[in-house]
Amino acid sequence: MSVMKRLSGIVQAKTNKLLDKAEDPRESLDLSYQKQLESLQKVRRSVADVTTAKKRIELQANQLQQSADKLQQQAKAALGQGNEDLAREALARRAALAEQLTDLKTQHDQVAGQEVKLVDTAQRLQSQVDSFRTKKETMKATYTAAEAQTKIGEAVSGISESMSDAGMSMQRAQDKIDGMQARAGAMDELLSSGALTNLTAPVDDIQAELDKVSKTDTVDTELAALKAEIGASGPAGELGAATPAASPETPAS
Amino acid sequence: MIVRILGEAQYDVPEDQRGTLDDLDKTLVKAVEADDEPGFTSALQALAAEVRRVGTTLPDDAFIPSELVVPFADASLDETKRLLADAAPSDEG
Repeated sequence: MSVMKRLSGIVQAKTNKLLDKAEDPRESLDLSYQKQLESLQKVRRSVADVTTAKKRIELQANQLQQSADKLQQQAKAALGQGNEDLAREALARRAALAEQLTDLKTQHDQVAGQEVKLVDTAQRLQSQVDSFRTKKETMKATYTAAEAQTKIGEAVSGISESMSDAGMSMQRAQDKIDGMQARAGAMDELLSSGALTNLTAPVDDIQAELDKVSKTDTVDTELAALKAEIGASGPAGELGAATPAASPETPAS
Repeated sequence: MIVRILGEAQYDVPEDQRGTLDDLDKTLVKAVEADDEPGFTSALQALAAEVRRVGTTLPDDAFIPSELVVPFADASLDETKRLLADAAPSDEG
């Protein structure tokens, strides 16, 4: 079985559904033109849908990228504090995000490809609508009833086939964005519910750990300063000479 | 003969190219039947490229039905199979 012949049969079947069996073939020209205009509207709406879908992916990718950047900085900070385990944890989480980002990029490219194709389809359809608008009037005026039957029939079939093609192209784009929307929706839910925060919220764990370390550092420093102060002004009877060097510096705070 | 590549355009292909297109079509059928994705992709691209090479693009104001239809040139095997299974034409009109 030939693929091309089989597909031609399928397209014809779709096309026949679009055809109106008007009594007067001239009337079918006007009906076809109406359908063409509707078809053009649909393709344009479809282009808008695809563009919206693409923007949504871009937004999500940006969010993920920001989280990944933050984790990268935290890994660096953790290493600065000598906490290699924490740095490792941050990098592991960053790697998980990077995987999601790669996936989003693939989807983005696919949707962008569909967008380009649908824009082409819309332009082609627009150009056909424009030329059919005048051509159908010429046909009505010039063909005799007998000629009209065959010639108009052929033109109407040709027009309808183009609309079938446009319809199939739209369906194709719709299928692609449906699959993607489902995943984008799931990811949005994860982002808002905090479940994906399993990936991004650990950012907070890591930040808390980093903060804790720096707090401990500060506390230690202050403690040492206090000790020095007390050592300087305390009862000299005990260990008065133990910290002589510290005494003049302490009032700095 | 008029050949349409889905999502692309219609082409007027000289009658003497029918044999070449038939051969490319046969390769495509074999790949579909064998579920051979890489084979399918290269056969489909070869077929589409040949139609573009030997055919002349029809202008937008030529409203003519096509005799043969080539799948979307970048379609996957799966997608094409679904398309072909869509409404297997019966002989009853």
